Amino acid sequence: MGVARYIKDEKDRINDVILQSGIHIKPLYTEDDLKEIGFDYQKDLGNSGQYPFTRGIHTLGFRSREWTTRQYSGFGTPKETNERWKLLISQGQTGLNVAFDLPTQMGYDSDDPMAEGEVGRVGMAVDSLRDFEIAFKDIALDRIGSGLTINAVASMMVAMYQAVAEQYGFSKQEISATPQNDILKEIVGRGAWIFPVEPAVRLIGDVIEYAVKEMPRANPVSVCGYHIREAGATPVQEIAYAIQIANAYIDNVLDRGYHIDDFVARFSFNLDVFGNLWEQVAKFRAARKLWAKNIKEKYGAKNDRSMFLRGMFGGGGGGLTKEEPENNIVRSAYYALAAALSGAQTMALCSYDEAYTIPTPHSALISLRTLQLLMDEVGLRDTVDPLAGSYFIETLTKQMEEKIVEEMAKIDKMDGMVKAISAGYIQKEVARQAYEFEKGVQRGELIKIGVNKYTGGEQGEVELHEYSDKSAIEQIKDLRELKRTRDNQEVSRSLKALEKAARDKVNVMPYLVDCCKAYATVGEMTGVFRDIFGEFVEPSIF
Amino acid sequence: MASKKIRVLIAKPGLDGHDRGAKVMAHALRDAGMEVIYSGLHQAVPSIVRMAIEEDVDVIGLSIMSGAHLPISKKIMELVKKEGLDDMIVLVGGVIPAKDIPVLKEIGVTGVFPGGTPFEESIKFIKEHVRSK
Repeated sequence: MGVARYIKDEKDRINDVILQSGIHIKPLYTEDDLKEIGFDYQKDLGNSGQYPFTRGIHTLGFRSREWTTRQYSGFGTPKETNERWKLLISQGQTGLNVAFDLPTQMGYDSDDPMAEGEVGRVGMAVDSLRDFEIAFKDIALDRIGSGLTINAVASMMVAMYQAVAEQYGFSKQEISATPQNDILKEIVGRGAWIFPVEPAVRLIGDVIEYAVKEMPRANPVSVCGYHIREAGATPVQEIAYAIQIANAYIDNVLDRGYHIDDFVARFSFNLDVFGNLWEQVAKFRAARKLWAKNIKEKYGAKNDRSMFLRGMFGGGGGGLTKEEPENNIVRSAYYALAAALSGAQTMALCSYDEAYTIPTPHSALISLRTLQLLMDEVGLRDTVDPLAGSYFIETLTKQMEEKIVEEMAKIDKMDGMVKAISAGYIQKEVARQAYEFEKGVQRGELIKIGVNKYTGGEQGEVELHEYSDKSAIEQIKDLRELKRTRDNQEVSRSLKALEKAARDKVNVMPYLVDCCKAYATVGEMTGVFRDIFGEFVEPSIF
Repeated sequence: MASKKIRVLIAKPGLDGHDRGAKVMAHALRDAGMEVIYSGLHQAVPSIVRMAIEEDVDVIGLSIMSGAHLPISKKIMELVKKEGLDDMIVLVGGVIPAKDIPVLKEIGVTGVFPGGTPFEESIKFIKEHVRSK
């Protein structure tokens, strides 16, 4: 989707192009532009694998390793999910990206009245370790890494992942879990929050600290500019907010007595890729540089790896349209191209039918093939950071960098992201941008093919993923059976120990692992936290 | 006739937290001169109806993206009827497949506006229906 505004004359000649970030694009860039911005190869770029990593974090880029593909999947019961995963793995997918249903994301068991109508709807229902045992059966957890797309209760899912791995004979040292574990972006952009900001950030810190000590292959936090952009933010805000959110988590872990180099190399980023191609490429390059500078200059890191912005640059859902859905296949391919040109470590695309439904196996496979095509047929593995040195791209990268720095400074002035979010400032800003964007589309200033320009094409049929409460009924039946047959004394003992740990402000992770192994449910564990922490109250933004 | 401002409750029922559409509509309706109350996230159906009564609104606009629009709308309409709010205009927006629109109307929903509906269309609809109440 064109996110830039085009100012044209009556002959359809373009007089000006204004990117969403407010930058004006010129018709021609020359070496004079590089002079004007004071471009300095070593200072601004460096080679790939060299500080400030603008050109990429690995010296050889995709030559040494192509990107990891990680399509989002999982729906209904754990058994259905297990079947889908095995299919994707057999087709060459190299990592899993687990979708949870809303009750699980919100810490409700499937039989909770709040869960009614939602069990297994947008992802897999998980009540207890029993569900993970089924979902991860026969999956080589030492080879296949798992993204756990969950935040408010990420601590529980990481604990449960360890519990299931140990049960299947894998140690916590050899498994690779990548929980999303970014609660601040939930509060800003996606809404799956439970606890107030401060205890919620503490739980994020607990997962990070535990991973540092116990799970050497885990990536304990995936900082998501993605959802903030999808909620309306500009590309500049996306990066500025993501870095500032990461800083909030860093500060929490530093307060526990760690050094920045002990843990920050485990952070990864999940960033969005739709919009103007050049703006995206410049955004990712600027983001890599600013993250490296932030970690080195603000936090005093010594280790290069600490400064790597490792990212999934993907999704692009915000650019896809309900109208003429098959156009989304083509759009997504261009978004994937932007991510490839930007040196993404991991990639996943929204499927063309995602505006309607959970992707079918057919549409998920098209997305996977799109990614594979780029790596193996088109030449994106040939050389690292191929657009570097372009008068235009380097100028734009520098301009994006300046804008991001300005936006970050606003948050510093508010004393950091925890404060800015608690006050509702970020939410208000994002909602305002979303409204501006929508107005632009409705007025036809922002062009969407098939929506407000060249309309009237074939609408195409999307095969809807039909939700049936049959699997919900089955899930609830199994949950009740579990509650009858598990050792309930062990459950209440482990929950009491968890409660004490939460109150005493010690790291809750080992206690959660015990609870999971005793088959305590997600609702029970969340209940312990709800009683102690309370619930987040949204600041009014209207 | 002195025109009283139209009052609208934009509500997010259920667990789904995608509130971009809800907030965009809140802005658009406010710019169109209406008074808009936003429920916040994760609202249970009874608390939405209670809020509508307490705030004395003319319109409840539900934003639902999770696919659970049919069961949620059914519950809302039952409660609206039970509370005797016969004049209440109930609108549904979000990810709504075309085939569900007649079903929603049968349940008693006044109007359905899937994502991407032009602002003017929803605004005109609300003004006409509130006027003819």
